[in-house]
Amino acid sequence: MSHQTLDMCGYNCPMPILKTKQALAKMDTKETIKVTCTDKGSKKDFVAFCNQLGHTLVSQEDDGNKFIFYIEKN
Amino acid sequence: MSETNEMTLIASKGTLDWAYPPLILASTGIAMGKEVSVFCTFYGLNLLLKDLSHLRISPQGNPDMPMKMPFGPKWFQGINFGPKIPNIMWNIPGLELFATSMMKKTMRNNGIATIEELREICIEMGVKFIACEMTIGMFGFAREDFIEGIEFAGAATYLDVAHTSNQDLFI
Repeated sequence: MSHQTLDMCGYNCPMPILKTKQALAKMDTKETIKVTCTDKGSKKDFVAFCNQLGHTLVSQEDDGNKFIFYIEKN
Repeated sequence: MSETNEMTLIASKGTLDWAYPPLILASTGIAMGKEVSVFCTFYGLNLLLKDLSHLRISPQGNPDMPMKMPFGPKWFQGINFGPKIPNIMWNIPGLELFATSMMKKTMRNNGIATIEELREICIEMGVKFIACEMTIGMFGFAREDFIEGIEFAGAATYLDVAHTSNQDLFI
């Protein structure tokens, strides 16, 4: 399935959340975005972010250095 | 669950380091779907000035500040000079500027947005900034010193906004 991608590697809090929010604003409901980042805080922050806004955190990968989030827009 | 989804912040400090918490929380708050107002008073007015380049950190009287060099070999970068430098040293003219430029470099190295960038995002996303009219007068600022699109008002306006909000922070 095709999805939007957002690379926020090297950016620290709160930029990954802010840029994701801006990207989501341009998307349609049920569309998915893949966000890659290196900010360690993002692991919990994206859960809180999706929880608060009702987006679905479809999956989350973590290879120790990079964190990848698939978020489906509400 | 809360009934409203509003957040207010009072930004009262104007050094480079203290400019971050209100702008980070305001931008993140709005990204999380809140309505955010930031009341800037006393030194917090600095956040709204057109020119942010003069914002500094001050190690003076701030012995808790970790001070690590943003360059050099790993072992060198690991040394915390903070507790090693007597605080009286920061009286020497120019050292505050040096510390500020080191802090800015450290922030760049860590992918931390600049105050200018964060503020721009805040405005773009719709954070409402209120500049405290009383302190503007007291410090002798002119309205032209401040960025466009902000509100000028006093304590009563802030309290009115905060009345319906359920998250209010004083920074």
